[in-house]
Amino acid sequence: MTEFDQLYREVILDHYKNPRSHGLLDAPDAQAEGQNPLCGDEVTVSVSFDGDTISGVGFEGRGCAISQAATSMLTELVVGRSAEDVAGMPKEELLEEIGIPLSPIRLKCAILGLGVLKVALHKAKGTPLPDEWAQGDDLTIT
Amino acid sequence: MGKYDDGMAVTAPKSLDVQRIRADFPYLEELQNGKQVAFLDSAASAQKPRAVLDAMTRFYETSYANVHRGVYRLAERATEALEGAREKVRALLNAAEAREVIFVRNATEGINLVAYSWGLNELKPGDVVIVTELEHHSNFVPWQYVARRTGASFRMLPLDEHGELRLDLLDEVAGDDDVRVVAAGLTSNSLGTNNPVERLAAWAHERGAILVGDGAQAAPHRRLDVQALGCDFLAVSGHKMCGPSGAGALWGRAELLERMEPFLLGGHMIRSVGDEETTWGSLPHKFEAGTAPMAEAVGLGAAIDYLEGVGLEAIEQHEHQLAAYALEALAELPWVTTYGPPADRRAGIVSFNVDGVHPHDVAQILDMDAVAIRAGHHCCQPLMRKLNVVATNRASFYLYTTTEEIDRLVVGLHRARAVFA
Repeated sequence: MTEFDQLYREVILDHYKNPRSHGLLDAPDAQAEGQNPLCGDEVTVSVSFDGDTISGVGFEGRGCAISQAATSMLTELVVGRSAEDVAGMPKEELLEEIGIPLSPIRLKCAILGLGVLKVALHKAKGTPLPDEWAQGDDLTIT
Repeated sequence: MGKYDDGMAVTAPKSLDVQRIRADFPYLEELQNGKQVAFLDSAASAQKPRAVLDAMTRFYETSYANVHRGVYRLAERATEALEGAREKVRALLNAAEAREVIFVRNATEGINLVAYSWGLNELKPGDVVIVTELEHHSNFVPWQYVARRTGASFRMLPLDEHGELRLDLLDEVAGDDDVRVVAAGLTSNSLGTNNPVERLAAWAHERGAILVGDGAQAAPHRRLDVQALGCDFLAVSGHKMCGPSGAGALWGRAELLERMEPFLLGGHMIRSVGDEETTWGSLPHKFEAGTAPMAEAVGLGAAIDYLEGVGLEAIEQHEHQLAAYALEALAELPWVTTYGPPADRRAGIVSFNVDGVHPHDVAQILDMDAVAIRAGHHCCQPLMRKLNVVATNRASFYLYTTTEEIDRLVVGLHRARAVFA
């Protein structure tokens, strides 16, 4: 496989061009947004619960293919799981799903949506904030 | 041959032999995927000719000691090398005196020096600081900060639709208030716009203000003359003009520098240190606390020699041709949007976007073909908001850039477009 095929493998392009769970929920239980100032990626994630279980998730954003495709893939990984479980989800689980080698700069793009989702979970359920954001990294959240 | 016989050559710019120049740059010997890197990111930092690297090595090997205070010969040689580099910067900028040239890390540090030493002490509530909407954060954020600290009013001079400054709005932006500083880049790092700094300086002086010029994107590419420009301060970065990172220069008018408080305090910048009070050294030492970036300054001096050897006029002409070539090539792609003024009013910088493809994806795909461009906000977030984009791609050219490299850029853009179509 060439370097090119690896980075922009079909599944990434598919999620980028046809993002899953695209659009914010009408009546979310919590919502958060974040930016990656390095490249101007923006992601907003809304989430709803059935008890402590994530019942729905929707996102909007603009940015590079990696950031948007990764957030789309993330939405497929989290519905039906508990807030606590997802709050503790290691970034490696998402990165495995993305399945491509990422440089440190692009890694930030890839985990933007995960961090934003964890902030939304924190707002709704008081779960811990993600390590990578608690360390005051190059990500801003509101 | 008479003394003045070769004077004619000065009026016609030497033309530039790009292949000969490329032989001077070791980075081209390193292949990426079997290809030479088409380095189209010189506006961020320029590659280094061997002459610069050799000069620094030679300095370390033959003349290295701490400058100024040593009485032994090695220290004398080091001092001569540092002061020789200062004289080269003076000549490059046509400053009246070498003591007006202060070595700093880069243009950002030079501007901070002015903002802190002059701005914090001179500005008061109600004063006005004007920056341009085109400004790099380096000549924007320090003034925004110092204005907030002093209670001065911070205002922006807007752009027109070509990315050129609306000088006609200067009086309106200023109103009847007391304008003290106009901060403007000579060339936009993002759009390549060459700003009419002479006219801004004249306007600033009429209003009793100083003009702080950011020359980071201009000094590497065309001849500057601080006396003709009429600015009061000018900051340049050595690393953008083939010098090493860590060496830049601030030029300031001596009468202003003399009245200013120091910026960094410590060794070397003093006249005498008492238990209660310290008096400051003379220019430029007052602003050069601590051990200077000696080898870096020597490298900057060698870079200036190199650029003068090629000819700044020839470099400007070469880059102008490249910018025109690139703009023409990109204009043929209906799915590419370019930003900024026409080729005749810009430096060798072209910012653009590809429909439907984020700049980071464009840059990544180009990298696979060993084409290096920059993607992002280019430290110009106010400008990005004005253009209503989150980021752009930027290709920037220098004396070693070829039209073939621009052709490779265009091929890569077709590829990026195809992936995301």
